[in-house]
Amino acid sequence: MATLKELATREEPLTGGHRACAGCGAPIIVKQVLMASKDPVVVVSATGCLEVVTTIFPYTAWKVPFLHNAFENSAATCSGVEAAYKSLKRQGKVKTDHINFVAFGGDGGTYDIGFQSLSGAMERGHDMLYVCYNNEAYMNTGIQRSSATPKGAATTTAPAGKVIPGKLQFPKNLTEIMVAHDLPYVAQSAVGFWRDLTLKAEKAFSKRGPKFINVLQPCRLGWDYKPEDTCNLGRLAADTCVWPLYEVENGKYTLTYTPKTKKPVVEFLKVQGRFRHLFKPGNEAILESIQKEVDRRWEALQKKCG
Amino acid sequence: MPVLARTGNEAMAEAMRQINPDVVAAYPITPATEVVMIFSKFVADGLVDTEFVAVESEHSAMSACVGAASAGCRVMTGTSSQGLQLMSEILPIASALRQPIVLCEVNRALSGPINIHCDHSDTMAVRDFGWLQIFSENAQEAYDSVLQMIKIVEDDKVRLPGMVTTDGFIISHCMEKIETLEDAEVKKYLGEHKKINSTLDLEKPITLGSLDLQDYYFEHRMPMAQAMIDSKEVILKIGREFGQKYGRSYGLMEKYQLDDAEVAIVAMGSTCGTARVVIDELREKGIKAGMLKLRVFRPFPAAEVAEALAGVKSIAVLDRSDSLNSQGGPLYTEVRSALYDAKTKPVLSNYIYGLGGREINLEDLKQIFTQQKSNQSGKIVYFGVRE
Repeated sequence: MATLKELATREEPLTGGHRACAGCGAPIIVKQVLMASKDPVVVVSATGCLEVVTTIFPYTAWKVPFLHNAFENSAATCSGVEAAYKSLKRQGKVKTDHINFVAFGGDGGTYDIGFQSLSGAMERGHDMLYVCYNNEAYMNTGIQRSSATPKGAATTTAPAGKVIPGKLQFPKNLTEIMVAHDLPYVAQSAVGFWRDLTLKAEKAFSKRGPKFINVLQPCRLGWDYKPEDTCNLGRLAADTCVWPLYEVENGKYTLTYTPKTKKPVVEFLKVQGRFRHLFKPGNEAILESIQKEVDRRWEALQKKCG
Repeated sequence: MPVLARTGNEAMAEAMRQINPDVVAAYPITPATEVVMIFSKFVADGLVDTEFVAVESEHSAMSACVGAASAGCRVMTGTSSQGLQLMSEILPIASALRQPIVLCEVNRALSGPINIHCDHSDTMAVRDFGWLQIFSENAQEAYDSVLQMIKIVEDDKVRLPGMVTTDGFIISHCMEKIETLEDAEVKKYLGEHKKINSTLDLEKPITLGSLDLQDYYFEHRMPMAQAMIDSKEVILKIGREFGQKYGRSYGLMEKYQLDDAEVAIVAMGSTCGTARVVIDELREKGIKAGMLKLRVFRPFPAAEVAEALAGVKSIAVLDRSDSLNSQGGPLYTEVRSALYDAKTKPVLSNYIYGLGGREINLEDLKQIFTQQKSNQSGKIVYFGVRE
């Protein structure tokens, strides 16, 4: 893969000066993914934080072609751009040898409302990479719960109340659902692992066809922590195995990061405001159930990785 | 010119084959719409250069169309009824991003109850989304209008998407004789698609679909309104030129026995064909009956409608859809508004008819012609519905 020194010389596809929150993980993901591409990129984004903070008219933070259509359709829209490229190239109307088409969507636009569009585009086999910047709730619109929101997290639509202690369900395992699409490349990464994500993006770009990377993106607003802790939170998610880093290349599972010592889940939960209520007396069972489910999923994944 | 026997769906698909769009993205399922199915056979047989994207919903169809059009491609799709409604979130985005996509729409009733047969409620539901709308009386008009629509929407003064509609089953599934152009002639007629601000332009990267707040949104909506206003002249010019070249001229509307008419109807689509027969019969009996057939519903040619109807004593506006607004159907409210400044006000009534494919025959139309004069102006009749 490209060295850090090499990466530092590449032009940034996304400039600074955009309006993301201090400590936002989304631009980190975008830069690390796009700078891994040796070929030109064309970006499509779902409605969400990324689109909102980078494109307020008349400004744009994008130095590469960028298209935003609606909330739930970045995969379908990207598939249209890719189809256009294919058609024009076949007719000799476009000369560029290869373009990497990249669609971004938050977890809301990917796990929930954009799920069908994503599944359809992947099944059709478009030559594109879909990257979910997964901050585990609808952060742009006010921290509403999504199917990526972890159990116990307080959101504005699954608040921690007197009777209900935040979200009741465990998150949907979207990465595994994408694996079930039998894509050439599926991976999970997190903010705080620049090498891991860059390598995965490089691998994805080296393959033709549909690819999917799910990147955990700590959100200082919705997760409620200090802005400087974004990368630490990403690392803690991996060290507690709440968010394992792995890849599935043509069906073959590989763990790309194994924590030296697997930390207890509470280490990850206690530093975030969204889980604060779980540490009040009476909620011990919820903490236990979260640990149990994380363990179960981690063991199942390890088995798959052989 | 080749003369073919074609259904409305086949006629539109034939036009698509000759247009040879760069990309077609479609989901011809909700309900099943033959136009794209026929076209996909052309793709399978290698008769077109089109990249055909068989998406998983109409929502994704329109989304992919926007993506492909943004890249600088000539893009088409087709749908009807629920499918058009599922697209409806993206339809105004397509027009706001000024993407000249052409959609072959078959007018069919909206659920519920679930129906699938002809009426105009699907097309009318999306009438204010910045899409041009042309209605066809028969398969020939559908074929000709699809070709013209490509030129209309790609005109620099327009750059808005457009839909050409046929009436479900009545036109879409009935075989008619149509005159087509030679393939080479269509290619020459349409010319190359002009790329503007392509998302594939790597030298000059664009950001398309920006967040547009209070300080700019209005300024970006205004040119759309202007383009809709300006499109009228473009439609007229292209309709006129088509006539000069191929012998079939088109305008915004067609007057049938209207100039000296005392009693008239305003209608769109296949019903106009039936009405011609009725008008001829009535004329033979000495009744001065006439019709204003509206071809273009968006942009709405209000001044031209008012001028065409000036002097007619009694007018029934026939709506094959209902606005459910207690004020009459969409065509009626537009016509009524167009006549606001008329010097002499006609007896103007609204006949909402044929919903869900309910037949409208010669006797029905005769009844509307003879009955309407005695209506109180403003009367809304739900024609033929059982108590």
